[in-house]
Amino acid sequence: MEQQYTISILVNNKPGVMVRLGQTFARRGFNVESLVVSPAHDPRMSRMTVVVQGDPETFDQILRQLNKLVDVINAVHHQADNAVEREMALFKLEVSPERRAEVFQIIDVFRAKTVDVGENSLIVETTGSSSKIDALERLLATMGLREMVRTGKLIMARGVSAT
Amino acid sequence: MNGAQVVVEALKREGVECIFGYPGGACMPIFDALVDAPELKMVLVRHEQGATHMADGYARTTGKPGVVLVTSGPGATNTVTGLLTAQMDSVPMVVLTGQTITSNLGKDAFQEADIFGITMPVVKHSYLVKEVNDLPRIMKEAFYLASSGRPGPVLIDLPKDVVTAECETSFPETLELSGYQVPARASSEALRNAAELLKASRKPLLYVGAGAVLSNAGRKVLELAEKLRAPVTTTLLGKGAFPETHELSVGMLGMHGTAYANKAVIDCDLIMAIGARWDDRITGKVSAFCPEATKIHIDIDPAEFGKIIQPDLSINGDAALVLEDLIPMVEPLDSAEWLDQISRWKRKYPLRYPKRGGLRAQQVLDELDRLTESQAIISTDVGQHQMWAAQFCLSSRERQWLSSGGAGTMGYGLPAAIGAQFGCPDDLVVAVVGDGGFQMTQMELATAAIHKLPLKILIIDNRYLGMVRQWQQLFFDNRESGVDMMGNPDFVKLGEAYGIKGFRIRRSGDVTRVLKQALAYQDGPCIIHAEVVKADNVFPMIPAGAAVSEMLIEEPSPKVKLAKPVGST
Repeated sequence: MEQQYTISILVNNKPGVMVRLGQTFARRGFNVESLVVSPAHDPRMSRMTVVVQGDPETFDQILRQLNKLVDVINAVHHQADNAVEREMALFKLEVSPERRAEVFQIIDVFRAKTVDVGENSLIVETTGSSSKIDALERLLATMGLREMVRTGKLIMARGVSAT
Repeated sequence: MNGAQVVVEALKREGVECIFGYPGGACMPIFDALVDAPELKMVLVRHEQGATHMADGYARTTGKPGVVLVTSGPGATNTVTGLLTAQMDSVPMVVLTGQTITSNLGKDAFQEADIFGITMPVVKHSYLVKEVNDLPRIMKEAFYLASSGRPGPVLIDLPKDVVTAECETSFPETLELSGYQVPARASSEALRNAAELLKASRKPLLYVGAGAVLSNAGRKVLELAEKLRAPVTTTLLGKGAFPETHELSVGMLGMHGTAYANKAVIDCDLIMAIGARWDDRITGKVSAFCPEATKIHIDIDPAEFGKIIQPDLSINGDAALVLEDLIPMVEPLDSAEWLDQISRWKRKYPLRYPKRGGLRAQQVLDELDRLTESQAIISTDVGQHQMWAAQFCLSSRERQWLSSGGAGTMGYGLPAAIGAQFGCPDDLVVAVVGDGGFQMTQMELATAAIHKLPLKILIIDNRYLGMVRQWQQLFFDNRESGVDMMGNPDFVKLGEAYGIKGFRIRRSGDVTRVLKQALAYQDGPCIIHAEVVKADNVFPMIPAGAAVSEMLIEEPSPKVKLAKPVGST
């Protein structure tokens, strides 16, 4: 039975690092669900948050193989109870002016906001856990959802412990 | 200094003696810089694959990284097989490839290949140098990465404009590799646990692999085995980490290992892997691999723990240092009964071969071992001759046995022997090759001849791709397909074309006399063409994917129908 894992990886900001990570996952049959890359607090490094799906028996091996890469400073598996999880999403809706109020009610409940309004369209922005975004997506799907862009999951360890 | 001179200076600083190379447009500036460094011997090969295997043979025998210098495009892609071979067997190597100028990268320039991308899965690490001022650091890092920890090949792709640019930086004193750790000594807790587990064992087995050779742990393995009174089995690549002539040795284990080594695997109550990685050629069916035995795994690479076998205890560290710390903590074991049992197996199931019915490869190799007193450096190709050489050419010390274990690269034997002879000019080096593999890299006869290397090239010629034919016979109803090497050249005449002396063995009565002549021949390389029986099989054998207990000790009767192997290869 495949499972989903969130890994935070601190890497040297060097060419080829992404490919090496990608090969490590692909060779062992893991599918990358989302991937966020950004500069780390130390500009010589980058922080990656990767959500992958695959076989639990292989996962431990993947983590070891990631840590073995010369340009990987560390790769750590995080679970929701010891880390803060956030994701951002933009939704484009095709909505006639008469139905706008109905949409506003829903996004208000989710504490999402409207960032663009056209004659027959809306762009909604939201931030939260991936499951909250999934829930909003399900509701908006019935209200003229045309496009969705998600950043992918970001994760940070709680307290003083390193991510 | 320009980039090319930095490369050459770095090679000198790293104590490189020879470079195995082949020039071309993109690497001409480096070849030019080599003119001013006559102390670096440039060995011009005949094919880039040969260069990588030579560097590999040099590295395996000397323990120092082998260096390869080739051009871009096809020159670079021809190194891929050699990189895989080195990566699979943890061989330290630095491969320098020329590259088109940086402004041409990604534009399908002449002889452009994305070698950095192509080789990523078969290197320990790699670099595409875009800035000449990074070069001193990268060269230093590359040699350190190649030879430290679990060694492996490192590739440096060098665009032509980078190596011609002026470099303004100097070689760094220290390296900053914060993501790279080199395990050394084991934790004292792990060692205490190991001593505790060993104490309870009555039927221990030390299973010693290439990691012990790489860390020069041979003396420690001997000390541990003698103190514990534990038998020792070595893997194909662990040969030499424990003298096979020692009474505690049970020789090689696995698919074509000795019957007594595999019986010891089945019956042991504790197996301790020392720098070995539970390869599928050893475990066969993993779920049936010593299910009752306690498993201890010593490895410098933590990614090996649990990859194939979940050990009861893993010990992360350098084999020699781990054993050094462990030896004072262990007591002699009550293993007398177990050792008796092993002696009985040794007497009951010795390695043997028919003495009649034509010339046998096994006899040639057995006699080679006797005449050289197990002292020669042996390199092999891949196939039946490789397994027979592993069985009959005993190793008595580390770095004496060169064989492509993980990758199983045909064509490895001759160039690896050439590299070994450059690294060990005073040793007797014998390339034991099959007629198939030899023809994949036979052009390197020229390299051996030009340098008058005194190596012996023993061609075990059965006019067949024998190992595949053996499988077709045993598992595919003897339906031969693509295995007949009809049209092989006369290898003695082939040697003559290169000015290489040739000897022939056709009858078993000639073996001793001809081998003696060939071993006495000192005027450069020589070929010994052994025309052995066409269809012979290697036994013992564990069919791929089968449990060790399903080992076939001898040729099964033709009436016995064997299931097709379930293992991958």
